[in-house]
Order: sequence, then C-alpha cells, then structure tokens
Amino acid sequence: MLPLVTQWHIQASKTMATQKIHALYNDDAILLLAVKKIREQHYHIEEIFCPFPVHGLEKAMGIASTRLAVTSFLYGIVGLAVATAMMNYIMIEDWPQNIGGKPSFSYIENMPAFVPIMFELTVFFAAHLMVITFYLRSRLWPFKKAENPDVRTTDDHFLMEVDAHGEDLESITKFLYDTGAVELVLIDKEDH
Amino acid sequence: MAHYEASIRRPLITGDKTYADVTRDIAFPVEGPANKQWWLVFTIALIAFLYGIGCITYTISTGIGVWGLNKTVGWAWDITNFVWWVGIGHAGTLISAVLLLFRQKWRMAINRSAEAMTIFSVIQAGLFPIIHMGRPWLAYWVLPIPNQFGSLWVNFNSPLLWDVFAISTYLSVSLVFWWTGLLPDFAMIRDRAITPFNKKIYGILSFGWSGRAKDWQRFEEVSLVLAGLATPLVLSVHTIVSFDFATSVIPGWHTTIFPPYFVAGAVFSGFAMVNTLLIVMRKVCHLENYITIQHIELMNLVIMITGSIVGVAYITELFMAWYSGVEYEQYAFLNRATGPYAWAYWSMMTCNVFSPQFMWFKKLRTSIVFSFAISIVVNIGMWFERFVIIVTSLHRDYIPSSWTMFSPTFVDIGIFIGTIGFFFVLFLLYARTFPVIAQAEVKSILRSSGNKYKEMRENQPTSNQNAASGDPMAHPSE
Repeated sequence: MLPLVTQWHIQASKTMATQKIHALYNDDAILLLAVKKIREQHYHIEEIFCPFPVHGLEKAMGIASTRLAVTSFLYGIVGLAVATAMMNYIMIEDWPQNIGGKPSFSYIENMPAFVPIMFELTVFFAAHLMVITFYLRSRLWPFKKAENPDVRTTDDHFLMEVDAHGEDLESITKFLYDTGAVELVLIDKEDH
Repeated sequence: MAHYEASIRRPLITGDKTYADVTRDIAFPVEGPANKQWWLVFTIALIAFLYGIGCITYTISTGIGVWGLNKTVGWAWDITNFVWWVGIGHAGTLISAVLLLFRQKWRMAINRSAEAMTIFSVIQAGLFPIIHMGRPWLAYWVLPIPNQFGSLWVNFNSPLLWDVFAISTYLSVSLVFWWTGLLPDFAMIRDRAITPFNKKIYGILSFGWSGRAKDWQRFEEVSLVLAGLATPLVLSVHTIVSFDFATSVIPGWHTTIFPPYFVAGAVFSGFAMVNTLLIVMRKVCHLENYITIQHIELMNLVIMITGSIVGVAYITELFMAWYSGVEYEQYAFLNRATGPYAWAYWSMMTCNVFSPQFMWFKKLRTSIVFSFAISIVVNIGMWFERFVIIVTSLHRDYIPSSWTMFSPTFVDIGIFIGTIGFFFVLFLLYARTFPVIAQAEVKSILRSSGNKYKEMRENQPTSNQNAASGDPMAHPSE
C-alpha cells in the first residue's frame, strides 16, 4: 500500500503545543496489523474512528472490555424487584380481591399469575436502563455534536489519532506510512 | 488473510461492492428525489389512512354500536386485526435478535426494514384495543396508577393486562434496539449531507455518533444483550396474546397449544410481510445487490417451516378436540370446518398450510414473482386464521337460541383499511428518510461475504493455506 496523499497542516506553534498525527487507513485488516506494530514501537494511539465495528480492534488497542452486560443484569434484578413489590402491594396488601377464585392472601400463592408481568418488567428495566447507560457513557444524545475529525470515517476510512508530541516527525511519518496508512495529517494544537 | 469464509458459501453482497459503494447505494434513496411511483403509492396509502381516521372518529363519536358486533359475537374484526398486526411485527425482532444470536450474516441486509415493519405494525395493533375501549381518553386506566375509585387497581391476574405490559415493553424495546442500530447509519448520512438542513436533522437523529473504537465495543455488546433480551421477549409477547384466548373457557379457545402455535403463526405472517415489503423495496431503491435472491430464498424457507408448524398445530387442535371427548370442544371444531364459516376455515387451510409447501421446490422459492404472490397469500391466510379462531368460536355459543352470524359494517372494514394505509404511510416515509439497510453492519461482513473480496481470495488460493485458519489475528505467530 503506497501513500496516496500527503498533507501537512501545520499551524504556527508558539508555546507548548500538543502534536497529533491523524493517520487514515482504508482497510480494516491492515489497520489491525498497523495497531499491533504501532503499539510494539511504543507510540501512543489515542483514538481510532471507524465506519463499522472492526472485530478484535479493541483487544489490539488494549481497551478494557465493557461492563454494560453486567449493568443490564443488575437493572434486570431491579426490574424484577419493582414488579414483585408493585404487585404485592396492589394485589395482596392494599386491596385483595377474589378474582375467579384465585388465591389473594399471599404473594407466593398468587405468583403464577404474576409471572408474565415479572418477566416483562425485568426485560423493560434491563433493556432501557442499559441503553440509557450506554448513551450516557458514550455521550450520545440529540443535539450532541459529532466529534469524528474527518467525515470519511463514517464512509470507508479509519482514522487513527497518534500522539506525536516529542516524537521525531520524520521517522514517525515514515513508520506510519510503512504500516499502510494512506494519508497523514499533522494536527498542531496549542494548549489552553 | 482475515475475513476467511468458505468458498461454497454464496456471497451475500453481489456486484463487486467496495465500502464506498455500500455508502453510496444506501444513501441514494435518502438523497435522491422521490419518483412518481412513490408519490402514487404514498397518495393511495394516505387516502386509506385518512378514511380510517374518519371511521375511527365516527366510532368514537357515535359508539361501538357502529361496528358489526352483537351480543353473541362481542369480539371480531378489532381483535382479529390486533392479533394480525402484532403477529406481523414478530418477524422484525426474530430477524434482528434471534438471527443475531445464531450469527446469521444474511440478516444484516434485511434487519433494519424488518425492525421498522415491527414498530409500524405494533403501532397499528395498539390502536385496536384503544379504539375498542370506546372512550380512548380513559386509556390510561389500564396503567396501575393510584386513583380515587376506592383505590381500584388494575387486575394483574388478567391476560388483557399482561398484554398491556407485554406490548408496551415490546414496542419500546424494539424502538431503542432499532434506534441504537440506526445511530452509525444516520451519522453516515449526516457526514454526506450537503444542505445545512439535512446536516442538522441527521446530526440530531445520529445523537452525535462519532464511531470511536470504545463506542463500537459498547455498541456491539449492547446489541448482543438486547438481542438476548428481545428473544424471550418476542416469544412472550405472542404467548401472552394467545393467553387472551387460552385462559378463557370458550370451546375453541381453551387450548394449551395456543402459545407455541401463535408464536409460529406470528413468525410465519411476519416473514411473509417482510417478503412483501422487501421484494418491492429492493427494486424501487435499487438494492438488488444487498437483498439478493438468496435472501428471498432463505425467508421463503422460514415461511415454509413455520407454515408447516402452523399446519401441525391445526391438525393437533382437531385431534385434541376429538380425543378430549368434550362435546362442546368437538362441536366448535366441527362447526369451524363444516359450519357456515367453512369458507373462512378452508381459505385459512389453503393459504397457510397448502401454499407454503410449494417452497420445497427450489425453482419456485427462488422466483421473485412467485415469492411475492405467496407472501400476499400468507398474509391473507393469517388474517383468516385469527378471524376463524375468534368469530367461529363465538358465533355459536352454549345457547343455540343466541346463535348468530357476524358481518362487518363499513366502519369495521374502514378502520382495517385505515391501519393498512397508516402502516404504508409510515413505511414509505421511512424508506425515503432512513438508511433502509444497516450499512455499518453490511460493511463489517463485506470482506468475508462480498462477491468482490471472495473472488479476490479465491484467485490467490495459496494465501489461505499458509496459516492454519488463514487468519493472522487468530494466529499471529504464523
């Protein structure tokens, strides 16, 4: 894979500045191998923006696995508890009624009739609260501004942010091209 | 080489597509102008919808007496339509959740539209119980909220209340499942948008999705867990719908086979509706390379299998009625097959049990015209199934002096037509504004299942033989 375009966007750096390189790739298999090589060289990958999920990428980047499934399980238990408490109060404690001769004096005896709602509320809580947790953790909500630096990252390009602060620009550039990057952009931002 | 897939598997994406092609093809129906046919169909659907609104207004302002119900048949088209629409909804969740758990890659081309169909049809279903309340402004009485009627709570022993919880959980969970999957695809359209208006709208809809590696990791986990939750949920929904009948003491309803029989029937009718919609959509939106003949064939196979399950259930019901020795039960089924509604029973049998058997023939199940015809036949048959179960069980009750027939009024028919119109209004608007294929997911299987890449791999056979699995990530030492 040869470098297609080389762009240098260097803004005048006055004082302390953070330098980042945006390396663009156009193949997920090459990206995965590149991540491995870059991490072996102890360059720091800050972020990768992808148009679709690349399997094994988070492992290659060293990202810890997510615990959203665990939260879902806990939310489900909450849902089950809410359903039980609600129906126990309504059907047994507050206003017990004789409905078709079904036992109304203890929750456990009347429980078979309550299984559907116990199940539904478990699912309701587990699903919705997990999704809300996901949206909050990943900072997703209406009117949130998108943060992908290049619009091609939702089309067919993968953008890797590599920390270039204090690195020799020439050698890191050459190295990134060798890993298969198709385009490099130097981001030179002043610290505030 | 990563992305290895056995060469005997037919490609799921045909036509030499690259990632950029996928983006362009799926953004095309959203970005391009609507054609004449779209406007024509949309106008027809809108007129049907408005007619339905008129009939609903008439019902609510005058009373349920404007329907064809009488003192013997107190449930007819309203609940038939309700069950029919809920059933149709089931295919969407089945495709997106159950097929995800089974790692069926072919679901990726159809899950978005099938889920849209689920949501739109559950909306139609939900209308019927609310209209049938007669005073829909009191619909909130189905919720367990503190009140001043001597603390009169809702009855948690009633399957009708279970339905309230099941359907609302189903609708809301399907909606977040659908929307979460849509975020990356809305982001794709946002990033391609030219006009500031489109950029703004799709920016809001995409919730600022940026596609970070961590976001994708969470996205995949959330999708998997939602699929795990939605799978028992979808089975529970139609099970609970069947309890509306099965927990009663009406001969013909009071049967333990109802839950699995209803679930199979729901999947059956839902897949038929998916086929109806997608066979048209793939043509109109030029998506033949994504929704291929193979997809239609696989859906036809599901229709054939679930149709056969439904057929076995029909026969089991007949056998159990005879074997039970209960005269009332036996008469209910005898009356179905030979009584005044025999025409409805045999239409149901023909449409649901006989017609899907044609799918044993490869030539027929890979024919687009034939698949479309069968999908319509199955939709009609499944409507008749619910009509047969509901009306034939009621119209001849325990007292022969109250035996009667049911005939729908123009209002019954109008509301049904109205919901079909409403459904198509929603679906047509969706097809013009939403990414109708989960493009991010399709891109993730493009290297393994795309025609172009499969051919590239097969032309270099040695590359697969160097490593044990051909996957450098799985075997980094090789």
